[in-house]
Amino acid sequence: MYVAVKGGEKAIENAHAWLAEERRGSTDVTELSLAQIREQLSLAVNRVMAEGSLFDPDLAALAIKQARGDLIEAIFLIRAYRTTLPRFGYSNPVETGDMACDRRISATFKDAPGGQVLGPTFDYTHRLLDFKLAADGEVAAAPEGSARQEPTPHITEFLKGEDIIQDEPPSDATPGDLTREPMEFPSNRPLRLQSLTRGDEGFVLGMAYSTQRGYARNHAFVGELRIGKVAVEMDIPELGFAIEIGEIELTECETVNQFKGSKTEPPQFTRGYGLVFGQSERKSIAMALVDRALRWEELGEDNLGAPAQDEEFVLSHSDNIQATGFLEHIKLPHYVDFQSELELVRKLRREAEERITPKEAAE
Amino acid sequence: MVEQTDKSAEARQAWMGVLARAPQDALMALWDGLQLNPTYEWLRAPEIGGVMVRGRTGGTGAPFNLGEMTVTRCSLLLKDGTVGHGYVQGRSRDKARTAALVDALMQTGSADMVRAKVIDPLTMQMQAAKTARAAKAAATKVEFFTMVRGEDQ
Repeated sequence: MYVAVKGGEKAIENAHAWLAEERRGSTDVTELSLAQIREQLSLAVNRVMAEGSLFDPDLAALAIKQARGDLIEAIFLIRAYRTTLPRFGYSNPVETGDMACDRRISATFKDAPGGQVLGPTFDYTHRLLDFKLAADGEVAAAPEGSARQEPTPHITEFLKGEDIIQDEPPSDATPGDLTREPMEFPSNRPLRLQSLTRGDEGFVLGMAYSTQRGYARNHAFVGELRIGKVAVEMDIPELGFAIEIGEIELTECETVNQFKGSKTEPPQFTRGYGLVFGQSERKSIAMALVDRALRWEELGEDNLGAPAQDEEFVLSHSDNIQATGFLEHIKLPHYVDFQSELELVRKLRREAEERITPKEAAE
Repeated sequence: MVEQTDKSAEARQAWMGVLARAPQDALMALWDGLQLNPTYEWLRAPEIGGVMVRGRTGGTGAPFNLGEMTVTRCSLLLKDGTVGHGYVQGRSRDKARTAALVDALMQTGSADMVRAKVIDPLTMQMQAAKTARAAKAAATKVEFFTMVRGEDQ
């Protein structure tokens, strides 16, 4: 029960003033600019865009600054802002095959056309703290090679000819949109992908890891991981044709999964898919593993009762804004609720004591 | 309204795409350099909104909703009756207005001049930036080599 009680305005106002001061930190230190956050904390910016479900690096940088670096708080700010935007429409599906790849690797095909392009990766670093960064930020320009002009084809394309990998036939079906209608179960793959791509990175990672440790293991290889920019196209009614309305950075992961076949499907490789805003490699691999685990029914696999196979469990708990909203609300005043609980426990306690006391008196 | 031929639609598609993707600073600098001040009236004042971006399952399959991006749009009317539309990425009303003015002028007698002074330099700058990244990516391409093994000797 909630009862309106007045009071605390002054305390709240002063708390917010102090928050602003603490956010700024020591004034002996230069203030952080949004451009610095956008350029130098770009992976944090990417995470806020992915889970805030809004591609806008400047806004994500502002949210990170306002939230003092608390990324879930920043995601909350972006989600709240997002709801104020009029929706101009839906883009045409992006062509990830035309991506200008900064990075493109495959764990399954060494000699894939286009090659193994490492890009600006943390892989193969020694994970030793680099104290040079504490001293100065001077960097030498990265070496350049001969730029690839043509698009880099998807690796699964090369397996298709053999028919040993499950196909993803194109369709023009209109996908459901969970920003418009609430999620219902059973859901479907497009809705699951929308939910996973904005889901909490830690949660999706944990779910994916559980499949690797044996809870509905699906033997995933990273068939392909690519990071780069794609153009976004939308049909403009007043023009009568589609135009590019921008360009976004994406990370795409396709897993190739061992599959013995089932009652309905021949033995072949199956696929899991991850597509996330920005350079978000861990998240997109995790998304692909969870996507694959959730496809058990469609592929005629057994339900092993694993958490990662349970779409209601996964999708109902992956959103960190829903989760944190419900979790954190319990710290807000519940005086009346608690007062009634207190009365109840006191009453039960009295009754219990009364039951014991007469017995003792009789002895 | 005269039905646009496929070719003119294609050309307009190309320049509108360049304007949408162009870095704001670059577009504004080139536009300011032209020192044009065409009179116009708004058909639709600049408006900031979101577009839901779609992907496809497995890169090629059924569409799904990936997340939104910010877009600013506007439409204006030049004195001679030419309509210009601006649809640009981000939240800049100035960028949208400039894109709409350039779009309008590209349909007038000033087209060649505007193309030479705005569209072409923008295209080149963006292509150069893209090539520079592709060149850095190329330098990180793994060149495999096989070690000489004992049994081959």
